[in-house]
Amino acid sequence: MAVRTAVASRATRPGLLVTIIALLLVAATFVPLGYIVSTLLSTGFHETAQLVFRPRVGELLRNTVSLVVITVPVCLVLGIGLAWIVERTDVPGTAWWGPIFAAPLAVPAFVNSYGWVSAFPSLNGLWAGVLIATVSYFPLVYLPAAATLRRLDPAVEESARALGSGPIAVFVRIVLPQLRLAILGGGLLISLHLLAEYGAFAMIRFSTFTTAIFEQYQSSFAGAAGSTLAGVLVVLCLVLLAGEAAARGNARYARIGSGVPRAAIRVRLGINKIPVFLLLAAALVAALGVPLWTIIRWLRIGGSKVWVMDDIGESLGQTIGLAATAAVVTTLCAFPVAWIAVRSTSRFARIIEGANYITSSLPGIVIALALVTVSIRWLPALYQTAATVLAAYTLMFLPRALVGVRAGLAQVPIGLEEVSQALGKSRPVTFLLVTLRLTAPAAASAAAMVFVAVATELTATLLLAPNGTRTLAMRFWSLSGELDYAAAAPYALIMIIAAVPVTYLLFTQSRKAAGL
Amino acid sequence: MAAARWKLVSGAIAAITLLAATGCSASSKDDNEILVYNAQHESLTKEWAEAFTKETGIKVTMRQGGDTDLGNQLVAEGKNSPADVFLTENSPAMALVENAGLFADVNADTLAQVPEQFRPSTGKWTGIAARSTVFVYNTGKLQGDQLPKSLLDLQQPQWKGRWSAGVSGADFQAIVAALLALKGEDVTKAWLEGMKDNAIASQNNVTTMKGVNSGQFDGGVIYHYYWYRDQANTKESSNNTKLYYFKNQDPGAFVSISGGGVLKSSKKQENAQRFLAFIASQKGQEVLRDGDSMEYPVSATVAANPALPPLASLDAPKVDPSKLDAKKVTQLMTEAGLL
Repeated sequence: MAVRTAVASRATRPGLLVTIIALLLVAATFVPLGYIVSTLLSTGFHETAQLVFRPRVGELLRNTVSLVVITVPVCLVLGIGLAWIVERTDVPGTAWWGPIFAAPLAVPAFVNSYGWVSAFPSLNGLWAGVLIATVSYFPLVYLPAAATLRRLDPAVEESARALGSGPIAVFVRIVLPQLRLAILGGGLLISLHLLAEYGAFAMIRFSTFTTAIFEQYQSSFAGAAGSTLAGVLVVLCLVLLAGEAAARGNARYARIGSGVPRAAIRVRLGINKIPVFLLLAAALVAALGVPLWTIIRWLRIGGSKVWVMDDIGESLGQTIGLAATAAVVTTLCAFPVAWIAVRSTSRFARIIEGANYITSSLPGIVIALALVTVSIRWLPALYQTAATVLAAYTLMFLPRALVGVRAGLAQVPIGLEEVSQALGKSRPVTFLLVTLRLTAPAAASAAAMVFVAVATELTATLLLAPNGTRTLAMRFWSLSGELDYAAAAPYALIMIIAAVPVTYLLFTQSRKAAGL
Repeated sequence: MAAARWKLVSGAIAAITLLAATGCSASSKDDNEILVYNAQHESLTKEWAEAFTKETGIKVTMRQGGDTDLGNQLVAEGKNSPADVFLTENSPAMALVENAGLFADVNADTLAQVPEQFRPSTGKWTGIAARSTVFVYNTGKLQGDQLPKSLLDLQQPQWKGRWSAGVSGADFQAIVAALLALKGEDVTKAWLEGMKDNAIASQNNVTTMKGVNSGQFDGGVIYHYYWYRDQANTKESSNNTKLYYFKNQDPGAFVSISGGGVLKSSKKQENAQRFLAFIASQKGQEVLRDGDSMEYPVSATVAANPALPPLASLDAPKVDPSKLDAKKVTQLMTEAGLL
């Protein structure tokens, strides 16, 4: 018995190596924060206060907070509503709708913005921002909600119904509480996206903290005003993270005992079939139809001369190279952090996770500028090399990889690792043979998430990439900025196509991972 | 077990290095190749670079960015900069790099090709193209006598909510820098405060023009060539608009000089100087006349694209391009609450 306990603790407690890697990552995540703090300190209290307490910051605060407060509930209602319709009603084509509502993830928000602004040139301001953000980000709620609904044990709902509750009461009292983790996770993810998004909002003349920081840096680069705004943004992010952590609590909704839940009986829509179907179609048109229609329209206008194959091929190669490398590196980095998060409940684990979320919620430009400053000053050999831009991607997208890897690790039976170690295999070998093999599907979906994010990333790439780099997103942004919408269209199309298989993978993976 | 662990770690490190190295292949090395920090429009510089490579065999790599981003980046990089040449859309970022003492002298032959009013007196960089400030207006909303007589009129209350400009861009900030150089700090400050009350900020010249075209604003302050390019193309964003030239040496008639300079730190001085000489030469300037950039050539011997009114007819105010102060402009705009 004593032996068994010792082995168990060996398998669960994070080893020295894991701890060191995790600590290094945490240290790296503090580079951008340290950069902001150090510019603020060198600016001095008086000037900082002057820069914080001015009307412009009030304006930005109002815009940014309204955006989050309006968009997140809209995305929740839309995402959960669509998920419920697709998973629990007999609306025609349920098999098709499932993956279709994951597909908008393949359209970068700034391409969505380009699509909508082309179709309706007068779009601008808060409501345009809400619209673009909603159609871009609702799948982040839809996916986990649909996956959870799919695996919920219908027995509980049936019991409630047998006890006399109507369908709405069952939804509110039984289904909704079980979606809490999907709601909180998706909501947090969307909020952080909203805080960091630049391109989509810049195109529709809606100022948030991030667009204003970008403007400041375009004007005076490492200016104190930009860093002050970034500081306020960090505070906003902390509020969100604390709010989510408090709301998440410790409640668990796991099914007790083994066995496979039956598929739920679908609600018969009857006469409502048509309006519900039209609702799904409308969501589809808004999220995919408008950007695709715009792109196709510009491709028709541009004809064959917009397909400059040399440029497109070069961009595609570079984009895939950077995105694939970043996906692998980031997923590898996610393992130690996920390990600690899953296998330990210590405060250390919470800090490690939290630090990553804070950094990734900062706009790319803040992270990029911090790395520019650090690499020029202390690591000139790394300046403008792939290593620096990959470091930025890792800092920005680690949480995305973390979500997948953590879900995978949580499902690995520790007993198998114990057996492996009891049979004399070392920890690294056990990791490779047991843990990695079992988490491979989750890790693949994590890598896919990072791949898509990097393939469409703009600001950090602009500042940090090696000279001569022109990713698809860079060329798209540059051409659309020059008003050459037709020439920009092929790049938009390729970005979407490149992301489709990955998005599909994400969809299938979300269904499997729902067993968490 | 320790050995196995090290194998794993070293294996992982090797894999990461390998992957990083594949990512690095974007920056191929060629001894003859020059690196251009390019804030000019990508398509224009690409035309220059391709023609130059054809003529000389010297390859050109571009790092694309905005005027101020790249200017500040050069200042931060200092002596260690990998850049050989810097090209901008406007002068203030050139002045920024010049003031940091980072430019080599431009070859006398190159300067001789550019008339004096299109380059700084110091000879540390040269003008390579020019663009005029204009007031674009919606023809359904404004008629001849309702147009502002001067850029300064736009601070009057009757313009509240009716005009727009790409506040955050280097283009607009160059115009404010000209206003500052011509009229001084007090006038500029008052004008910016009026702008905060009256104007609706947009992302850049293009979004301003589109907004005017769709009737969201009556008018906007932009550079001329965005309008001419759209006219030459689909007219999608300028169909309902016309351009008004302020003339009379008004700050609103400011002609902004795009600049080019060679970095002192460049290890390929000769190639870098040749590239700049090529852009200023007859051939290089003809790209501006014949291409679709619609910017003005600065060479005395090359006429503008026939679609444009002659540069001399615009009656622009005289501003020394190396006196345009980007830092001060940012500060004043921040104080006015525009940034």
